[in-house]
Amino acid sequence: MRASLTRLLTDHGMILVLLLLCAFFSVVTYSEQSPIGEAAARQVAADIRQQFGQNPRVLIVASDQPGDTAFASGIARDFAGSGGQILATVKGEPKDARETLQKLSATGGRLDAIACTQVTGAWLVFSDLKTDFPALGQPRVIMPRSYRWPNFLKSENLLNIANQIAVIAIVAIGMTMVIITGGIDLSVGSLLALSAVLTAGFIRDFAGGVNASFGGMLLACLAAIALCGIVGAFSGAMITRFAIPPFIVTLAMMLVGSGLAYILAKGQSIYQIPDSFVWLGRGADLFSLPNAVVLMLVLYALAHVLMSRMKLGRYLYAVGGNGEAARLSGVPVKRVLMWAYIASALLAGLGGVIMASQLKSGSATYGNMYELYVIAAVVVGGTSLSGGEGRMLGTLTGAFTIAVIQNGMNLTNVESYTQKVVLGLVILGAVLLDRIRHPR
Amino acid sequence: MTETAPLLEMRGIVKSFPGVQALRGVDLRLHCGEVLALLGENGAGKSTLIKVLGGAHRAEEGTIAIDGRETPLASPPESSAAGVAVIYQEFNLVPGLTAVENIFLGREVTRAGFVAQRMERDRAAALFKRLGVEIDLDAPCRRLTTAQQQLVEIAKALAFDARIIVMDEPSAALTSHEVARLFEIIRDLRRQGIGIIYISHRLDEVFTIADRVTVLRDGRNVGERPIAQITRNEMIEMMVGRELKDEFPARTPTLGAPRLEVSGLRRGRAVRDVSFTVRRGEILALTGLVGAGRTETVRLIFGADPREAGEIRLDGNVLALRSPQEAIAAGIGLLTEDRKLQGLVLGHSVRENFGLPNLTWLSRRGFVQLSQEREHFGRYVDQLKIKVPSQEQRAGNLSGGNQQKVVLAKWLARQCDVLIFDEPTRGIDVGAKYEIYLLMNELVAAGKAIVMISSELPEVLGMADRILVMHEGRVTGEIADARRATQEQVMQLAVA
Repeated sequence: MRASLTRLLTDHGMILVLLLLCAFFSVVTYSEQSPIGEAAARQVAADIRQQFGQNPRVLIVASDQPGDTAFASGIARDFAGSGGQILATVKGEPKDARETLQKLSATGGRLDAIACTQVTGAWLVFSDLKTDFPALGQPRVIMPRSYRWPNFLKSENLLNIANQIAVIAIVAIGMTMVIITGGIDLSVGSLLALSAVLTAGFIRDFAGGVNASFGGMLLACLAAIALCGIVGAFSGAMITRFAIPPFIVTLAMMLVGSGLAYILAKGQSIYQIPDSFVWLGRGADLFSLPNAVVLMLVLYALAHVLMSRMKLGRYLYAVGGNGEAARLSGVPVKRVLMWAYIASALLAGLGGVIMASQLKSGSATYGNMYELYVIAAVVVGGTSLSGGEGRMLGTLTGAFTIAVIQNGMNLTNVESYTQKVVLGLVILGAVLLDRIRHPR
Repeated sequence: MTETAPLLEMRGIVKSFPGVQALRGVDLRLHCGEVLALLGENGAGKSTLIKVLGGAHRAEEGTIAIDGRETPLASPPESSAAGVAVIYQEFNLVPGLTAVENIFLGREVTRAGFVAQRMERDRAAALFKRLGVEIDLDAPCRRLTTAQQQLVEIAKALAFDARIIVMDEPSAALTSHEVARLFEIIRDLRRQGIGIIYISHRLDEVFTIADRVTVLRDGRNVGERPIAQITRNEMIEMMVGRELKDEFPARTPTLGAPRLEVSGLRRGRAVRDVSFTVRRGEILALTGLVGAGRTETVRLIFGADPREAGEIRLDGNVLALRSPQEAIAAGIGLLTEDRKLQGLVLGHSVRENFGLPNLTWLSRRGFVQLSQEREHFGRYVDQLKIKVPSQEQRAGNLSGGNQQKVVLAKWLARQCDVLIFDEPTRGIDVGAKYEIYLLMNELVAAGKAIVMISSELPEVLGMADRILVMHEGRVTGEIADARRATQEQVMQLAVA
């Protein structure tokens, strides 16, 4: 009873910290927002309909910025479906707007509203419509209203955070398993780079480069991930067969993996990849959630079930909690350890594939220092480095905590050197908090 | 005749650990130039007493006086400053450092902040000359033999000007030649006025070297005599002491076919050619002193350590065991001697501990059947009267008796044919002991075979059908009818 209560508190403790951080950054980044694009279009269209009824006569004025194009087409679509007349659409500069207005007043058309973005609405040409274009009646300039909302809490920003942390969070799943067994895996950053290089290289050399088919790309990814798995199996074998400390084995594999990545990529980045390859890293098919984030959530759900409900999960905890007791209880300790290192390497490989997809290229420089961020995520998530304790959802919380801090500091213009200092202190603070809560 | 104050006088020392009263008012006196043998069964309190003297434990009551002056020995440094040096069975040497570095560890001779290596070396060389031995001063200690490491410990004691030297089982790992050399050195130290407390299970040695004997039992003094006024049998009687009471449930053994047969088991110096058979329905006790090779033997049977030679048969079939996993699958269970280090994952819940060897049958397609696990464990909690507030209780927070019951539950649920109990009742209160004995009787009544390792002779005599006594890795004696054996008989075989 008390044990489960403390467990609950640990989980929620870190979640609480995460929420507090979110609240903090929300307050700090609370500022004037002007809607753009689709959102602005919806608002302006609604305003026009409210003021002029179901059948208004509208002129749309947008600049040639990409966001404004979405605005113009958004309004056009809105009125096309529900009545209302778009007399003209201006995309360009003030002088284009003036020409159109002149044309409209020449044809003697009455105008109800001029739908503008915040930029175009401020153009001087609209300042005195009554005197300049009396023929138009009394058109009103409708602009999206600005409102106050935290930059941090904008949905694009939140999705951005999730997308940026997805790779680290996915790799952290394997790291959590390894650390729960009482080990460590320093090779994940290098394996990530190796996997990205291998994926890009396979696509370039065997799958037809920029013309690669879906099947070819899939095979390239799977092959790269599988090769990382073999490296993981090698580390696991060194650790279980020859009893070399995991720190040393994976440190060596970190150097080997990174070196191999540079050799294979010949020190350059490989970019002969079809555009469709970015689907995994940049696409967003489900409720506009980025695909990488969806994949991350699915993997966390699976890992959580594995660790809490399956025999293998129980064995991972037991090996880390007391390896000798586990062995004497019939737990296949070596097999369990092998599994942990292979899983960690496979997930690092997957991380490399996602990163190659996000950046549409493969380079040996990817994943530099990632092992440290991954370990930090695991530790901040409450997993004990001495093994036997820790939870998947804690690691997810930890990864998000780090991402939120980084993102929040970016939004508040903290320079990157200072960010490092703060991040280091935060990691220390999180672990200290954990220690204070359960003194050993 | 008025005596000068003794070199060391410990009076009324009391020390308890959670659940165990280790010392209940022990007195100990040591004079200059005297070798005092401290005797007692395993668990009599000898180790605790010398740890109090060495400053590693703090006594709850009692006084310690050195040269008649009361001296609180609150920490190891205070203790060594007062002139006490304890040489534990597990040496206190840093394996990677040389003899010289170890001797001066923590009190280096320095000059202007630098270690005066030449001076240290000369002093160490002088110490070894005083001991009359030669040792490679530059080799890391792990390269030295056990006897040489012991000499480094002794030299270290002398370097601190220790006047009281405690040696815990110093001869346990030495050859007879090395033991003779050790005795020469001890006699030499005695001539220099140093008081020595000598702990050993080898009674022959005690007669050779000691001037006086103090015997402890159950944390109390039971006798103190000059060596000339005591016989070997009297010593054993004092050590064993207790009378057999009705602390063991009665049982009429019904022996069946041989269940477990081992022959020619061998591993290093610890296990040298051990063979025995246990039948269905039989409790076989494996006894002997600590270090006799009993635990090592059963670990070989369980596949926990690789065996160099030997055959293991279960119900007539030869088993090629290479891991505990295989042994468990074959139907052998081992309840380890050390619950905390080997029996339980202390940080995990009792339910998870219970599940560990049972997940193979408690899970389906890789998923643990949680409800079944709870149900089965719940049944054992009731049956064994395990006192836990919930199944999620951390194993580390339980008392020794309850911890042992959790270990029992996990093995009972596994339905093993052969159960090996290594010190099943160590550190457990009397009530829980009786329940465990009852359970053992039920198990053999159901046709299972039990191998029980125990250092407690009353337990051995009260529970076993047959007794094997081990000494230095070999079976040195068998008592076929345990009911009619005496503790003295067993002890004679054990100290052989």
